[in-house]
This record gives sequence, C-alpha cells and structure tokens, in this order.
Amino acid sequence: MKVALQITCVNDAMFPDTGKAVVRLLRRLGVDVEFPRAQTCCGQPMVNTGYLDEAVPVVRTFVDAFAGYDAIVTPSGSCAGSARHQHSIVAERSGDPALVAAVAQIAPRTYELSEFLVDVLGVTDVGAYFPHRVTYHPTCHSLRMLGVGDRPLRLLEQVRGIELVDLPHDTECCGFGGTFAVKNADTSIAMGADKARHVRDTGAEVLVAGDNSCLMHIGGVLSRQRAGVRVMHLAEVLVATEDSEGDSSGPAVGARKAGA
Amino acid sequence: MSGTFVGMPAFPTAARAALGDTQLRRNLAHATHTIRDKRARVVAEVEDWEELRLAGAGVKEAALRDLATHLETLEAALTRAGATVHWARDAEEACAIVAAIAKRHGADEVVKVKSMATQEIGLNEALEAVGIAAWETDLAELIVQLGEDLPSHILVPAIHRNRAEVREIFRRRMGAVGRPAPDDLTDEPAVLAGAAREHLREKFLRAKVGVSGANFAVADTGTLVVVESEGNGRMCLTLPEVLVSVVGIEKVVATWSDLDPMLRLLPRSSTGERMNPYTSTWSGVTPGDGPQEVHVVLLDNGRTRALADDVGRQALRCIRCSACLNVCPVYERVGGHAYGSVYPGPIGAILNPLLRGVSDEQTASLPYASSLCGACFEVCPVRIDIPSVLVDQRAAVVDAHRGDRIPRRGSHWQEAVAMRAAAWTFSDARRLGWAERASGLAGRVLGRFSRTTLPGGRAAAGRLPGPGAAWTGARDLPAPPPESFREWWDRTDGGRS
Repeated sequence: MKVALQITCVNDAMFPDTGKAVVRLLRRLGVDVEFPRAQTCCGQPMVNTGYLDEAVPVVRTFVDAFAGYDAIVTPSGSCAGSARHQHSIVAERSGDPALVAAVAQIAPRTYELSEFLVDVLGVTDVGAYFPHRVTYHPTCHSLRMLGVGDRPLRLLEQVRGIELVDLPHDTECCGFGGTFAVKNADTSIAMGADKARHVRDTGAEVLVAGDNSCLMHIGGVLSRQRAGVRVMHLAEVLVATEDSEGDSSGPAVGARKAGA
Repeated sequence: MSGTFVGMPAFPTAARAALGDTQLRRNLAHATHTIRDKRARVVAEVEDWEELRLAGAGVKEAALRDLATHLETLEAALTRAGATVHWARDAEEACAIVAAIAKRHGADEVVKVKSMATQEIGLNEALEAVGIAAWETDLAELIVQLGEDLPSHILVPAIHRNRAEVREIFRRRMGAVGRPAPDDLTDEPAVLAGAAREHLREKFLRAKVGVSGANFAVADTGTLVVVESEGNGRMCLTLPEVLVSVVGIEKVVATWSDLDPMLRLLPRSSTGERMNPYTSTWSGVTPGDGPQEVHVVLLDNGRTRALADDVGRQALRCIRCSACLNVCPVYERVGGHAYGSVYPGPIGAILNPLLRGVSDEQTASLPYASSLCGACFEVCPVRIDIPSVLVDQRAAVVDAHRGDRIPRRGSHWQEAVAMRAAAWTFSDARRLGWAERASGLAGRVLGRFSRTTLPGGRAAAGRLPGPGAAWTGARDLPAPPPESFREWWDRTDGGRS
C-alpha cells in the first residue's frame, strides 16, 4: 500500500513536530509513509471564506500531488473533511471534467489520522506511553463532518500510563472556525473562553485534539490565561513511548528542539 | 409600537455589543441549554428519528420541486371551501392586502397569532401607519411588543429577557394599552401568565379581525395548520368574524398525510415536547362556526429567489422550529438581535441572504456569522445542510464583488488580496517553501524577542499589529518554528538520517 502524508499547510509551517510524530508513528506500525513534495494546502481557507475561484488551482495542486497513492493520511479532521466534502464543489466550479474526475478518485482515499489507524491499519493499541492527565476535545469537523466517532478516544484509552478525563460539553465548538477567528474575533474568543474554562475544570495537564488549528486557538486562550495547560496533537501523544526522550516526560517538546 | 431592524450594523459590530451585555449572556446560556437538553431527551425517545428526518425533508422537497402546481391546487381547494386567496409578491403588497381587509370591516384593531411571516413583512408597523392596532397575543410576542423591543428568537422571541425583566415590562406598559397588571404582580411564571391572560382576554373578545400565519398549508384539502402551545392561537382563529392568514408559499405540502411526519418532527425539535398542546386546522369557512370571512395571503417576498438557488433552495424546507438556534454556539453567545432580522441564528444566516440577496453590508455579513461547526445540520428536522449553504452564500458574497474596479463599502478588499496571494503561494510547492523560509526567519526573530513562553516551552509571537491583532488581542500565538516540516524532511531524508 502506497501511503502519502498530507501534512497540511498549518502543520507544515507552524507545527512540524506533529508531522514528525505522524511519520515516526506510522513507521513504528510498519507503514513507510511518503511525503509528496508537490503538496501545499487543501484549499479550505479559500473555500470557507467564499473564494472558490482562488481554490481551484490549490485543489488542482492537491490532486496532482496525491495522484497514484492508495491512501492519503492527514493529521487534521478539518483538512480531511475539506478534501472529502469540498473538493468536489471546487472542481464543479472549475468546469474542468478532468479535475472533477481526479477529485472523485482521490477524495475518498483521504483519511484523518485516527480513521487511518483504526479503519485501515486496524489498530487501537499503538504501543504508546504517556503518563499524564489528559482530556480530549473532539473537533467539529472530525466529529460532525467526517464522523470519526470515538476512534481517537479508543486510541487514547490504549495508551499506557495515561489518565484520561472527560471534557464537559466536549462536542461544543471551540470557536476557531478558520477565518471566523479573525472576522468575528469577539465571538470566537467568547467561545474559546468557555472551552478553556471547561478544559481547566478537568484539571488536565494536557488538552489533546486531532486539529492543530483548533488547538492553536484554545491553547492561545489557555496560554494568555496562564492556565498551565498545554495542548498537544493526538499524533504527538500516540508517538510517545517509554524510550522516547522528551516526548513522554511532558513539557519538553517545542520549537527549540524542532531541528533535533 | 415595536422597534425595527432597519439600519442594524453588520454582524461583527452588533455581536461585539451583545457580547458585552452580561444579563443577555446569562439569560441566553440558561435558556438555550434548557431547550437544547429538552430536545435531546425527547428526540432520543424516537427510535426511527433519522428516518423521520428523511421523511420530513422528502415531504418538503417534493412540495418545492413542483411548487407552482401545489400552490394552484391549494388556491382551488381554498376557494372551493369559501376562502378568498390573495397573492402578494412582496411585503408591501401583503401588508396592503391585510390593511384593506381590516379597513373594509371598519376595524381599528386586530388580534394576532404568533407568526414569522407577518413579522418578516413588518405587518404591525404597516397597520399602525394606517391607524390599526395589531395586538400580539402569544405571551412572548406580547412581552416583546409591550417592551417596544425586537424578537430575538423564532420560537421564544423574548428569550433575551428573564422573568424579573418581564415583570417590569408588564407593570409599566400594560396599563397604557389595555387592562393593567395587578398591583401585587410577582415574577412567578404562573402569576405573569395570569396577568397576560387577563390583559389579553378583553382583546380576544373585542376584536373583529384575527391575523395569523400558518405552519403548513395542505394543497389537496385546502387546509391551513397552526401549531402552538398557549391556546391564544385557537382564540384568534375562532373568535373574530374575519380571519386573515399570511402564508409563505414554501409552507405548502401536497397532501393531508404529508402532515404526519411534519407534526411529529416539529414539537420535539421546537419546544422539546412530544406533542404540542394545540394543533388548529381549518379549511375555508364553516357556516355558523368560527370566522365567516376567511382570507389567505400567499406570500413570495424573495422565496422564488431562494428557490432559484441550486444549493440554497433547501433552506425553504425550514419549518421554523428553531432547533438550530438553540444548539448554535454563536447564537448562544450573541443572541438574536445581532443578526438584524426576525430570522436569527444559523437558519437566519442563510435565509436572509437567500431571500434578499447579499448587496447590503449587513446581510452580506451573515453567512460569516458561523464557525461552521455543523451542530445546526445535526439537529435540523428537515436536514437542511446549513454549513454547506453558508459556504455557498459566502461565495455569493465574494462573487458579488469580483467585478469591482475600486473597493466598495463592505467589499473586504484586503481579504481578497490576501486570499489571492495565498492561492498563488499554495498553487506551487516551491512558492510555499519560500514563504515558509521567510516565516522561519520571522520565527527566529520573534522567538528571540519573545517575552512569553507557551506551556510546553515554545516561544510566543507577542502582540501582532494590523489584522493579526484580531488574533493576539486575546490569544497567544506560537512563534513560527525555525524549520518547517518540509525543510526537516529534506534535511533529514524524512527523519531517516
């Protein structure tokens, strides 16, 4: 099986550690994941802001980059949702039948990380060790657009040493919403403040989710509050083992060791 | 005697003001969570809820696909049953028809059943302008009307008020328009309802003309249906000599049996009840029983415009249950007034632009008043994919400005420039690589001068100027990492070296 990593533009530029975690995790599970260098972005920022014409060349780049792969894995529910549910809209808009056909081929092969692990690889125990108190926020697009259900939680439940606590009102949106976070910043922050309050109420050290964009927002609010809660992508928890330095001991992963 | 939504600012401005109203925030959070939980409980009781949703969507979709035929069938059936059918292209025509009927009977007042269509066309204001008082008889609408306020919810228009505020409104305003509130009025719900009952009773018994909308209009039998909780509707529909119903053309369903899924979906979705207390149905005039003159005004007012929209058409399936409002995280925090329309919340964010177009700044701001979380679609009893329509309406807003030579008001030209730059960057991985190297460089600089460390040890970017301030005003932002994933992959051969 030829498997490609779709890193997503946000992770590529802002959260490379998540990408590294996905690569290490999949290799550990016997998948030699490739990184097609021609990839850029799924086009969601343009589509969800109404710029459909602008999204056409981006979607074209996407299908060109991932043609020929059996599975495309992405550590983002939102970007997987964009590929599966919105690329066809953009392709229709382009009026190009070749793009419509390419999207129809590639969209169903795009998997969010937890879907790929549970449905394609058939694993829930990925051999992880993470001795911390953790709460999980199901991001809206993974929950309601993709329907990943309890897959991330099933993966987390198998992690050794973890203390998993329920997040109150977990299915409520955190308020990120892409450009909504700046176009309607006041409302976005009001939603983020409530989400942060629920996270604090759990007493967790770490908030985990499957989308770094949502985590950037909730984590940004928590950090501004000096709440003492860090945010981590699901992949970074699942990659941690008893042997990995730094990763399992908590707050040592960061930009400064990105080059390591 | 009520306010108007005309001249409301665009959503982000209105929302900012609403977010600062602490009483509003508290009232809304309490009320939306109460109804939300109630709905979830009674929906969970229904084993085949998903099938019921499909059936409901199917009934409305079938009616919309052949709308002209069903409307003509409805008109013929109503006429046979002794009703008079009027057709109104817009609000002005509809209001003029109602006013003319009331005038003909020498009425200087009408009693009203709660109705979204008459709110939409501004009927009360239009009647007031020709010297006719329109009395709202639904308890919440009465609160809004007495308070010279605006409705902020489709089902519970006074949701933004708590019972202490309601008591104040009754105490101060009832006396000026009829029977005053008793001196010993408390804020107990039963006492408040009792005062409203006394106040309304004399209006029910006096009014010669009743005005209503309709939840459904059954084409084959010529039957109008009103679903309600309080019984005020039943009074208005039966006591006056003349009844005028203003009905949006999308309310039509083909057959009597089509009501079956609709009447099961609506109360559970709307009030969170298994069954609503009152369902009134009438087909024209019944000699010696109820109003002896029955009029039906079939209203377009933008509905054919929405019908012509391939993606947006599904919004006309809406049965005004307001389940989407109650689960919406945006509505829960800003309330209904910020949407500047009698149709607030997620459904309002698509219905208003579909009915009116997106040429004014306020309406054009509505499709963006959502984080696209999808909770609305999940609860919609007729399966309106609101997030998809929101995205499509955003495209309509952007497309409306594509030909602009010079930036027009509300065009967001800076955003358009940014999106085009992003599209150019994302169209070629080499360009993205250049952008990431620049961001890595910025990250090194920002990281060095950063005075904030995020939990986990990463440096924060500090407060950004310009549009970035909308982010960093209340949220820390990690400084970009010195090395992108792409650069790491190249340098380490994907972590193998």
